[in-house]
Amino acid sequence: MPTNVIMPQMGESIVEGTVTKWIKKVGDRVERDEPLFEISTDKVDAEIPSPASGTLAKILVKENETVGVNTVVAVIDGEGVEKPAMAESVQTAKPAATAAAPTAPRPAPPAPAVARLSGKVRSSPLVRRIAREHSVDLALVPASGLGGRVSKKDILSYVAQAGPAAASPVAPAAPQVSPTPAAPRMVFTGPIETVAMTPMRRQIAEHMILSEHTSARVTTVFEVEMSRVSHLRTKSAAEFERRNGLKLTYTPFFVRAAVEAIKEFPIFNSSVEGTNIIYRRDVNIGIAVALETGLIVPVIKSADEKNFLGLARAVQDLAERARTKRLSVDDVQGGTFTITNPGVFGSLFGTPIINQPQVAILGVGIIEKRAVVRHDAIAIRPMVYLALTFDHRIIDGAVADQFMSRIKAVVENWDEPVL
Amino acid sequence: MPVMTYLDAIRQGIWEEMERDPSVFLLGEDIGDYGGAFKVTAGMLKKFGAERVIDTPISESAIVGAAVGAALMGMRPVAEMQFMDFISCGFDQIVNMAAKIHYRWGAKVPLVIRGPSGAGVHGGPFHSQSNEMWFVHTPGLKVVVPATAYDAKGLIKAAIRDDNPVLYFEHKFLYRRIKDEVPEGDYTVPIGQARVAREGTDIAVITYGAMVWTALEAAEQLAKEGVSLEVVDLRSLLPYDEQAVLATVRKCNKVILLHEGTRTGGMAGELAALLAEKAFEDLDGPIVRITAPDTPVPFSPPLEEFFLPNAKKVAEAARKLAAY
Repeated sequence: MPTNVIMPQMGESIVEGTVTKWIKKVGDRVERDEPLFEISTDKVDAEIPSPASGTLAKILVKENETVGVNTVVAVIDGEGVEKPAMAESVQTAKPAATAAAPTAPRPAPPAPAVARLSGKVRSSPLVRRIAREHSVDLALVPASGLGGRVSKKDILSYVAQAGPAAASPVAPAAPQVSPTPAAPRMVFTGPIETVAMTPMRRQIAEHMILSEHTSARVTTVFEVEMSRVSHLRTKSAAEFERRNGLKLTYTPFFVRAAVEAIKEFPIFNSSVEGTNIIYRRDVNIGIAVALETGLIVPVIKSADEKNFLGLARAVQDLAERARTKRLSVDDVQGGTFTITNPGVFGSLFGTPIINQPQVAILGVGIIEKRAVVRHDAIAIRPMVYLALTFDHRIIDGAVADQFMSRIKAVVENWDEPVL
Repeated sequence: MPVMTYLDAIRQGIWEEMERDPSVFLLGEDIGDYGGAFKVTAGMLKKFGAERVIDTPISESAIVGAAVGAALMGMRPVAEMQFMDFISCGFDQIVNMAAKIHYRWGAKVPLVIRGPSGAGVHGGPFHSQSNEMWFVHTPGLKVVVPATAYDAKGLIKAAIRDDNPVLYFEHKFLYRRIKDEVPEGDYTVPIGQARVAREGTDIAVITYGAMVWTALEAAEQLAKEGVSLEVVDLRSLLPYDEQAVLATVRKCNKVILLHEGTRTGGMAGELAALLAEKAFEDLDGPIVRITAPDTPVPFSPPLEEFFLPNAKKVAEAARKLAAY
């Protein structure tokens, strides 16, 4: 019974593909799932397995010809024991297509390897997700599970061994750029020590690279006078702590200022999805907390609905739980804007990397007394540099500076009672 | 910290709430002079008097009906079912009255119905059921199932202070068989919060009630074989702690759902659906249920043993799942 071979759909948005190479010639014997031809599409290059066993009877689309998906590109004369042609072609075309086009709202990774063979490998939803995230061809992973199944253990040790090459992060939603050539392998001479990254470190590394690949980042720096806040803090710290059992730190002041500015410029509380800007209705402020083992960003949910005490309490609670490792998954999800505070380590200001999928991050430098000019005289004032990194894809410099001016105004003219 | 039995912890919790709040009172069959069929209320009549420890006729419908009425009038009744099996006689009062009142006109129904459930004591089909799921399917109720003495005390106090009708399922097998540390004085265990009873990395066992101990026994065995089980005690079934369930599965990536109640329509089915919806891509193996089969609890001791999940069955399933 003849079986039609079709141009598979390699991703949701893909409508056509080019046959780049026929691996078999007309008249060749071909086994089911044996590589038959190679294609190239907008997003993926892939080797397409044969949907049936038999003889390649006809090639209908020549090399370098582009046709729409589901076009019949060849016919295989089967052995009569195969299932009906329609069912066959659909069944075998599907796995490759789904592997390359995961349901996640990201485009398919630009890795032909995944598309090639994963349809045949027994695994699990978790393993397939890890394979997708690390662009791993499951067929290459040694399997130890029942019946040759690739287990979580198998793929994690494969990814750990394969190192950065296999663990390259998924390409971002941004327009596709040509993949960076693999960095030349550096050879160090002399004694070395190799230490595997912890899972947290690996995640941070992936996330940072993903961010750098995703947004067009620009950093703007403002200098803000802290006299009012500093004075208020000195005056009220003891009473605040007595009443609330909380230290009165600077952080909630900056959270409040950021929330006020976000209310006026909601673009800073958005995300980019494809060519859409997604405005987030919740204002959830992430606070970067440095731990000995890395960095974590717990989130103050609905920060715009909290009063000053509520913010102060949330900041302390999250920081405390971050340090004692008692954060829940929910605590670190859903952030819409992030504040980081390198000043506590002495930094004047940094150029922070945006915490994806957010579009801006505020860095607070060290607060210290500086000589500044006031009324044509040199005065001593507590000052801070605030650095905002923003995504120039959707935010222009003028808007970013208006946003920062608003933050500056809130901090310098602070009028909200803290007690 | 004093060590006490599960049963004494329940009694101490009720006792302290009676002392703390004069609107708390008890009603049930033989709970006064006799101290209750299992002696949970022993000594209460003498201490708190016949107005607050009320022996009732043998009518669960009357007990629950009176309790709902008293709750509506601002009291905080704690009604005992001699066996949770008998609660069916008061079913209408619970699911059609108590559970709906707040939704219908906003009144509070601060009512607790407690009593022994569960098998393992050769009680036969009318004195052994794990019938908590009848109520988990009823919005408007809360359902809690303590496994430890600590939680028994903390949850009975939380239940009494809750403004909603709370069904408090004790496990009769645990009454005098388990003991653990219970702090003196006042504390509550929040309703709706699960607890990690044992940390592990390979397979999450999510369970509640007496099966927590079964899971811990299996975990102990498997640890020797190099398979690490994490045991999560749900403690509350309605509402249940979705975050804790998702967290343990996201950590271990394989999961066994274990309970003593029968299989179809059990808590395990509900959790399996949640995991399929929200943790599909975190699963590294099939979701495994270990439950009683869909039959009444048999009276014959060998049959009852066959009917109930035990550590051996859990260990066997865990070995298979670990190898999957």
